[in-house]
Amino acid sequence: MAARRKILFHWSFLLVAALIPLVELALPGNHRVGDLLRPIFIMAMLGLGLNILTGFTGLLNLGVAAFMAVGAYSYAILTCDIYPFRLGFWAATVVTVLVGLTVGFCLGLPTIRLRGDYLAIVTLGFGEIVEDVLKNLDAITKGTQGINPLPAPSVFGYQFRPETYQPWYYLFLGFLAILVLLNRNLQHSRIGRAWISIREDELASSCMGINPMKMKLLAFALGAAQCSLAGALWASYLGSSGEPGNYDFQVSVIALCMVIVGGMGNIGGVLLGALVITGFNSIVLETLTNFLKAHQLISSSNVFTSPGSWKYMLYGLALILMMRFRPEGLLPSKQVKAELHPQEPHAPPPSV
Amino acid sequence: MSGSEIFLQQLIIGLSNGMIIALIALGYTMVYGIIELINFAHGDLFMLGCFAALTLVGLLGFDHMTAGAPGVWVGLLLMLIVVPIFCGGLNWLVDRFAYRHLRESTKLAPLVSAIGVSFVFMNIGLLWGGVPMKVFGLGRAAAAPKAFPDLVSNTNLLGQSAVEFTWKDLMVFVVTLPLMALLTWFVQRTRAGKAMRAVAQDRLAAQLMGIPVDRVIGQTFLIGGGLAGVASVVFASYNNTIYFQMGYRAGIDAFTAAVLGGIGSLPGAVLGGLVIGLARAFCDQYIETRWTNVLVFAVLILMLVFRPSGLLGARGKEKV
Repeated sequence: MAARRKILFHWSFLLVAALIPLVELALPGNHRVGDLLRPIFIMAMLGLGLNILTGFTGLLNLGVAAFMAVGAYSYAILTCDIYPFRLGFWAATVVTVLVGLTVGFCLGLPTIRLRGDYLAIVTLGFGEIVEDVLKNLDAITKGTQGINPLPAPSVFGYQFRPETYQPWYYLFLGFLAILVLLNRNLQHSRIGRAWISIREDELASSCMGINPMKMKLLAFALGAAQCSLAGALWASYLGSSGEPGNYDFQVSVIALCMVIVGGMGNIGGVLLGALVITGFNSIVLETLTNFLKAHQLISSSNVFTSPGSWKYMLYGLALILMMRFRPEGLLPSKQVKAELHPQEPHAPPPSV
Repeated sequence: MSGSEIFLQQLIIGLSNGMIIALIALGYTMVYGIIELINFAHGDLFMLGCFAALTLVGLLGFDHMTAGAPGVWVGLLLMLIVVPIFCGGLNWLVDRFAYRHLRESTKLAPLVSAIGVSFVFMNIGLLWGGVPMKVFGLGRAAAAPKAFPDLVSNTNLLGQSAVEFTWKDLMVFVVTLPLMALLTWFVQRTRAGKAMRAVAQDRLAAQLMGIPVDRVIGQTFLIGGGLAGVASVVFASYNNTIYFQMGYRAGIDAFTAAVLGGIGSLPGAVLGGLVIGLARAFCDQYIETRWTNVLVFAVLILMLVFRPSGLLGARGKEKV
């Protein structure tokens, strides 16, 4: 009964999300909530990809932006007229996911043997290499201009147009809902349980017959595939691959913030994290800046009074304070919480 | 310039920059050696040191003086005292209020916390650049790179030779070499250094022997931060441009150097710094500047994958 109520509770979120554009159309005036939610859906997909690696399997990845870049660029190359492929939306998306899968697998193959913090640095280095290579191979990637314009996708015979945001909104929401379902089922499958057991204790899980290398490699491939899917959708939304600098280390850290602030290893937590972190950036900070500017409370030349220039301070403080006071995140998964607060409910008296 | 002269020139540039990277790498390697934390914020601490140095320049009015005037040398000496104290103190404070509480937590918690500190430092650097001082361009364009005045002259010490070994290069070696010797003496010969090595080897056993572990770790952060402070004064007066995002790149170079030499090893960090400095200089000259960062990262990844104990890493066990 409780489980059933929980499922209903989850579906109601999807329903509310699906109703937002309709309500906006029905209400008079100009509303932007649905419009602003679109990048949040994309970032949530990126966060879910990272969650497989960091949340489930416990592998800290500081280069997920690179997977996103791989997705965006491969989608751009597959669809843009200046290249010979010129695939449609679905074909390009499927190929992009396969490319992401392969890249994740190839990066994972030599590196998963590394211990946690070394792996983090290798993924960071990978992210930087991808960014620089995309920038420098301008014969293929058009350097800092990025690949554009990309044709707007045509889905089930419906031609998308940049002016109307609703079709994009439902496309992204649909992908996100499928990914959430997929991740949830993965988490409760044999594979997901193996990942979580590796996170908790690699040695014990290998004694139980789990092959940690195989499972970690699978996590790398699937996580990378999801991140590159996010990249492909992002490129289709922008109508451009974006420039390499759009996929830098800061994007990777923002994705990490989402997973950590939301709750590592918990899908609902990652969605909440994406909403809080990305929403804070694209909605709260922007609205605040526009409000202050409109009322002439700040001038754009002063760095101190512009809310945007405090952004990284707040992200940084969020990471520090979360680690210090609530390392399990806002919406923690049960296991992570139990691991981080092992003795709280039945604490034995401290021996002197 | 003939081919061999170009080579010699790049050798000098590479060694000078390598010594600076080595100073930052020492801070990484000391902290890693003692608590196995990749102190992500170390590069940004170095960046803040550069801003502190430029602020001092502005306060003392050195931006009006000619390079190499006697007053400037006194000022440099003053900076070499004040900035390391600032950086070391800041590093100590961060350990005290952020990392110390995470010692018993999961391994990734301090690393994530350090990434957070790095973001906070970077943001402080951005705001610092907006301070309305003349050396910061009166606060206009806070994010723009700041020019650090030529305190040390560019006069070639080799006379009319095409290869330049300037006062600046000399300053780098005069500051860094004795400092490294001092550090080696400190770690190998003094009581506090011995305590540090003991904590690095086995924290619990050290505690049982009566070593105040937290204080020793704090001292390590203090010294590592101080070295970053020295590096920032030397860097700023050698390269003459600072900007708030420089810490990330410098940090990565230094971390690569530390890994290359074998993280946890002091001579390794210096060797790694020199190798990275030379690799950067030669890549700039003989390949292309835009591929230099890719080269450094490729070195980092290949080292971690194939020889994680580094060139001089003695402790090969349990490193992977």
